[in-house]
Amino acid sequence: MTGVRWALVGIIAAANTAGDVLNTAGMKRQGEVQDLSPRSVGHMIVRVFHNWYVLAGIGALTVSFFALLSLLSIAPVSFAIPATAISYALETFLAKHVLKEDVGARRWAAATLVAIGVVLLQW
Amino acid sequence: MPAESSSHKRRNQWLILLVVVTNVIGNVALGHGMRQTGAIISASPLDYLHAFTNPWTVAGVVILAIWMISNLALLSRADLSFVLPVTASGYVLIALLGQFGLGERISAIRWIGIIAISMGVVLAEETPSRTTPPQPEEQP
Repeated sequence: MTGVRWALVGIIAAANTAGDVLNTAGMKRQGEVQDLSPRSVGHMIVRVFHNWYVLAGIGALTVSFFALLSLLSIAPVSFAIPATAISYALETFLAKHVLKEDVGARRWAAATLVAIGVVLLQW
Repeated sequence: MPAESSSHKRRNQWLILLVVVTNVIGNVALGHGMRQTGAIISASPLDYLHAFTNPWTVAGVVILAIWMISNLALLSRADLSFVLPVTASGYVLIALLGQFGLGERISAIRWIGIIAISMGVVLAEETPSRTTPPQPEEQP
């Protein structure tokens, strides 16, 4: 069962990273949501259904979600933590090199501190 | 990039709060429901339908749907490399809820983890929320 658990952790990390990067790319192309009124949110949701980046991102997050459901049914929540820690480093790297965000020293330090903190929370 | 206006920053902060709270409550409800349901290892989504007979699981999924919508709205306004660390404050919230709400003991190493995450959140908060050019404003 341990092998299955770690395979699920790998699937969660990869699918979660792909989902977040695709969703960010898609939402940036769609334009900023100005407020959280029902009209604005409804409009955003309608546009999301025509946004292939976000649809692919939600698909990847759905894979991650079902893998998480499986993992939570056979392991404590803390077992999913390594997947999260890996995702922080990977997503920050992809944010810089794929999404072309200005990831300076502060943001790298922030992502590193969070990833370390998430791992330490397991103890 | 022009400096971020205070109203833009305030709206982002409300969205961050919504993303963090719905993520924490949704995951706690989902985890509780899945533990009551029992083990599921399957490639077929149909096998997961059984889990949806549990009210905790249903509540968790509904709250996580709200999280998804608010997270998409936040990602339309801010960088992924900004959103990731600032929304990690959810881990601190879970740990503190465990300590003060459920009476769980937080070890010294966990406190160091909480401090590390908090420092990461503060560091990221000090950077501009968006460093890529904005698209034309979306009008409903």
